Amino acid sequence: MTQARVIGGGVAGLCVATRLVERGYEVTIFDPSPRPGPHGCSWWAGGMLAPFCEGETAEEPVVRLGQEAAAWWERQGVTLHRRGTLVLTLGRDRRELDRFARRVAGHEMLDPAGLAALEPDLEGRFNRALHVSGEAHLDPRAALIHLRDRLEQAGVRFVAEPGRPEGLTFDCRGLAARDALRDLRGVKGEMAVLHSADIRLTRPVRLLHPRYPLYVVPRADGLFMLGATQIETDDRRRSVRSALELLSAAYALHPAFGEAELVEIGADARPAFPDNLPRLVRRGETIHVNGLFRHGFLLAPALARLAVEAASDSSKPEFWHEDHD
Amino acid sequence: MQLYGTEIASRLMLGTAQYPSPSVLAEAFRRSGAGIATVSVRREASGARAGAAFWDLVRDLDVTLLPNTAGCHSVREAVTTAQMARELFDTPWIKLEVIGHADTLQPDPFGLVEAARVLTDEGFKVFPYTTEDVVLAGRLLDAGCEVLMPWGAPIGTGLGLTNIYGLRTLRAQFPEVPMVVDAGLGLPSQAAMAMEMGFDAVLLNTAVAKAGDPAAMAEGFAHAVEAGRLAFGADPMEPRDMAAPSTPLIGKAFLE
Repeated sequence: MTQARVIGGGVAGLCVATRLVERGYEVTIFDPSPRPGPHGCSWWAGGMLAPFCEGETAEEPVVRLGQEAAAWWERQGVTLHRRGTLVLTLGRDRRELDRFARRVAGHEMLDPAGLAALEPDLEGRFNRALHVSGEAHLDPRAALIHLRDRLEQAGVRFVAEPGRPEGLTFDCRGLAARDALRDLRGVKGEMAVLHSADIRLTRPVRLLHPRYPLYVVPRADGLFMLGATQIETDDRRRSVRSALELLSAAYALHPAFGEAELVEIGADARPAFPDNLPRLVRRGETIHVNGLFRHGFLLAPALARLAVEAASDSSKPEFWHEDHD
Repeated sequence: MQLYGTEIASRLMLGTAQYPSPSVLAEAFRRSGAGIATVSVRREASGARAGAAFWDLVRDLDVTLLPNTAGCHSVREAVTTAQMARELFDTPWIKLEVIGHADTLQPDPFGLVEAARVLTDEGFKVFPYTTEDVVLAGRLLDAGCEVLMPWGAPIGTGLGLTNIYGLRTLRAQFPEVPMVVDAGLGLPSQAAMAMEMGFDAVLLNTAVAKAGDPAAMAEGFAHAVEAGRLAFGADPMEPRDMAAPSTPLIGKAFLE
């Protein structure tokens, strides 16, 4: 059996390892932390598989390759909700919705009755909404743990050490790989988790706002993940300002969030290259899989496929960079 | 155009926030030929050198950097941010914003004058973001500012020049002072209009960064700025009420 090393047990590393196992490799994963947890930025993800909505600002490959994600996660046995995304604006920002609609494919404009039919708890609060039906969401933490446990059952070895490249190696360390990838930078994202029994949502909601954009992703048991901040820094501190912005925007979306329990506030820096697109960088026998930016769960399945194909058949896929320094 | 003794080739200045990616930002600068980039210090600087990677990308644009105090709501905050910016970017230039109203992001005229005086005394070259108010402009010049940055409309609104009378008056009152119309521009035609009125340059961010194709919009603005400047220098005709044909009518063969 051909051996392969994966360094880093975040969403990129676990997706690469899964693809490698499918192809019959004997895989060892190196990560100082033995289980998925708050040390990695995948832990803080929203879990929206929203290739069309991301296309508002992201480049074309994100929209195209992101469409592979939902089916892939489903095939791995991860619980997935295919209920689309709802996009809303507060009254005076309503023209933002027209701009968003112009730039995002696959949407349907809803009137108040249409909105109430999809999300009864939002009835009467918005005059119009966009529904992007071909999108899905998952619980990222459950998905990471699921992949990790399945790999262990499949005989993958987990070594709680930093790990060095040796033989065929997939370096999936994220921002920690800045020692090797000089173009990599951190883009901070902050999130909050709320618990509320007073409101029920069944699909991610995006609130367009010129200053304080917000997304709310419903999770099981009355939990809601709030996110959207994006700051050009690799500082990982949880700021009062971002918390105020996220919580105020959630309150504006529905006053029930004002009574919610604040369960968690988190922040991490996501690895990104200057074009905010991922890269596969080959150096000798090592392939760096990095730069997933805010699209970890959306793009890791496709990026892992391209990386493992390239290792097997010496192809030079999309995002490929040969690097000789 | 000279700003604080420095020759600046382009009359278009661009902000660096809100672009889809640093690569798109770089492409927008390339196609616009903008000579000055403003950088926001406050938020990105939350932890010492934490924003260094993004700032390195901005430095690579190879344009003159004008750090700003965006988001500051008090004199003290603005002064501290300016001092931090001077250290980070090794420049005495500072675009001074002291916000007085959270919703409209309208400048606080009183805090602005005070902060301008403090910073000028500390050796800064202050570019104050101000309204079109003539009295306030005079006070800023008294405080030591040698450039003014009057708004076209509130930040990020894209409404264009909302008080043309006020802007004309301001321009006429201080003909020798370099003035940059800053904020509120949404379309190249609005930038062209500001330049036709004799303003020396325009500064914008959202109109480019939030366009579907930021680089194309940036180039559009560059053409508009060029067009407006040429028109200003070409001594435009005066509008008149009566039609005046540009070819003589008398003697035309088939007049009815």
